[in-house]
Amino acid sequence: MFGKKKKIVTNVEPSQWKEVWRLFCKNKVSVVALIFLCIILFFALFADFIVDYQTIITPNPQERMLGPSLQHLFGTDHMGRDLFGRVIHGARYSLMFGVVCTSLSLFGGCVLGATAAYFGGKVDAWIMRIIDALMCIPYMLLALSLVAAMGSGMESMTIAIVVASVPSFTRMIRSVVLTVVRQDYIEAARSCGVKDRDIIFHHVLPNAIGPIIVNAMMNVAGLIMSAAGLSFIGMGIQPPTPEWGNMLSEATSWMRQSPHMIIFPGLAIVLTALCFNLLGDGLTEALDPRQAER
Amino acid sequence: MGKYILKRLLVVIPTLLFIVFVVFFILNITPGDPGRIMLGTTATQEQVDMLNESLGVNRPLLVRYVDYIWDALHGDFGTSYTFNVPVARVVMPKLPTALRLAILSVCCSALLGIPLGILSAVKKHSLIDNALTVLALFLASVPGFWLGLMLMLWLSLSWGLLPSSGVGTWQHYIMPVMTLALPSAAFISRLTRTTMLDSMNQDYIRTAKGKGARDRRVIFGHALRNALIPVITQLGMNFAGLLGGAMITEIVFGLPGFGNAIVAAIKAKDVPLTMFAVIFLSTTFMLIMLVVDLIYAFIDPRIKAQYE
Repeated sequence: MFGKKKKIVTNVEPSQWKEVWRLFCKNKVSVVALIFLCIILFFALFADFIVDYQTIITPNPQERMLGPSLQHLFGTDHMGRDLFGRVIHGARYSLMFGVVCTSLSLFGGCVLGATAAYFGGKVDAWIMRIIDALMCIPYMLLALSLVAAMGSGMESMTIAIVVASVPSFTRMIRSVVLTVVRQDYIEAARSCGVKDRDIIFHHVLPNAIGPIIVNAMMNVAGLIMSAAGLSFIGMGIQPPTPEWGNMLSEATSWMRQSPHMIIFPGLAIVLTALCFNLLGDGLTEALDPRQAER
Repeated sequence: MGKYILKRLLVVIPTLLFIVFVVFFILNITPGDPGRIMLGTTATQEQVDMLNESLGVNRPLLVRYVDYIWDALHGDFGTSYTFNVPVARVVMPKLPTALRLAILSVCCSALLGIPLGILSAVKKHSLIDNALTVLALFLASVPGFWLGLMLMLWLSLSWGLLPSSGVGTWQHYIMPVMTLALPSAAFISRLTRTTMLDSMNQDYIRTAKGKGARDRRVIFGHALRNALIPVITQLGMNFAGLLGGAMITEIVFGLPGFGNAIVAAIKAKDVPLTMFAVIFLSTTFMLIMLVVDLIYAFIDPRIKAQYE
C-alpha cells in the first residue's frame, strides 16, 4: 500500500552531503538555477573588471536613453549611463544584501528559536510572547519605522530588514528544533551530562540544519525583493549608487520614452529571485525526499 | 468557547501596550527636532527651543511613553508636525481607498486562487497543474512594484486601455488590484493544492469514497471543507497585511492610501503621524488576526472541543 520505502535524510553529516548533492543534481531545473546564480555571482564579483564603476555613475549627456545595441547591451539611462554596467554593479548590492541579511537573521533566529525550543517552559513562553507581539507589526511597516529612525542607507536598511525578519526566522527555527529536541538521542546526551551549549551546537542544530537551510534560501529571494522595494520608495540605497530598486525608481519618470530602463533592472531582480526560489525547491527535495512525492 | 474568547481578548491589552512601546521606542530613540520641522528654517533657535520645550521632547523616553498612552486613552494621538492638525484627521481619510484596495485584492486572489488550487490538486501532475506550478513560482519571484510597472507599461502606456495613476473611476483600481492579487492568488492556489492533497489522503476521504459518494461530493463536501481552514487564515493575513502593506503599489499607482501617507510622513520626519499610522495598522492587523483565529475555532469542531 505504501510502495517502496524512501530514504529520509534528516541528519546531514559531511558524508551525507554527497547524497544530498546527488539528489539535488537529479532536479535539472534547480541545477540550471544554480548555474544562472553562479553567472550572476560572476558578474557581481568581476563587475569592476567588466565595466569601470566611475563610468557608470558619471553622466554622459551625449548618449541619453539609447535603446539596447551591441555597444550598450541594455541601452543607456536618462543620464546616458550604460545600463548593463549599472545592472551588473547592482547585482553586487542585491546579492550581498540578500546573503548578509539572511545570515544575520538566521543567526538571530537560531539563537532565539533554539533557546526557546530547547529550554521550553518559561523561557520559551517569554521569547515566543515577545516574538508573537512583534509579528503583529506588519513586516514592511516595522522595516520602514526602523529606516525612519536610523535614516536611509545601506547599513540602516540592513539592520531594519534583519530586525524585521528575526521574528519569523525565530518561529520557523523553533518549530524545526522542537521536533529534534524530542528525539531520544537528545535525551541520551542530556542524561550523559553533556553541557546544554554543546548539545545545542553539536546535536540539535546539525540535525535541524536541513529545513533551516531550505527556508533561508527561500528567504533570500524575499529579502532581495524587500530591499529593492525599500530602495524603490527612496528609503534604501540612494542614487547614484546603482541598486536595482533605485534604478527602477529613477526609470519611472522616463517610462514612456525608454521602457528598457524599467525592463532590464526588473528582469535582473526577477531572475535572481527566481534562481534562489528554484534552488530552495531543489534543496527541499534533496534534503527531504518525502516532499518530492508531492 | 466563551472562556477561549475572553482569554484571547485579554491578551490583546498587553500586546497592544507592547506594540505601542516598540513603535514608540523605535521612532523616538532619535527624537529629531520637531520645533524646527514645524516652524521651518526661518525661525530663530530660541523659538524652536521654546516649542520643543512645550512639546516636551526633552523629557525621558519612559515618561513620554506613559504620557502618550495616557493621551491615547483619551483619544489624543498628537498633532501632525507637517499638517498641524490631529493625526487621526490626516490618516483616517485614507481608510476608504485602502479598504477598497485590500478587499478587492483579497476577493480576486481568493476567487482565482482557490478554484485553481482545487483544480491542480484534483488533476495532480497534469499539464495544467505543472503550468500553474511554474506560473506560481515565477510570480513568487516578481516584486510587486515591478509587476505594477510592467502592467502600466503595457495596459496604459502602450495600449492606452487603462488610466495609469490616481483614483476616480473603477478603472483606476484594475491595475493596482491585479498587481496585488496576482502574486497572492498564485500563493493561495499553491496553498489550496497542498492542503487539498493533505486532506484527500485522510481516512475520512477513503471512508467517503468507500461508501460510494460521488467525486464531486467527496471533493467539495469533505476534502475542501477541511482544506480551506489554513487558506482562510492566509486570506485573513493577506487582507490585514494589504491594508498597510500595499504601500509600494500605492506609490507606483499614485493611490492615496495608508502606504503613501506613511512614506510621506517618514520623509518629512513627522513622528506623531508615522507613529499613529503604524500603531493603527498594527492594531488593525492584530485584531483581524484575532477574528480569523476565532472564526477558525468556530468552524473547526476539534478546536472548539478543547475549550468546552
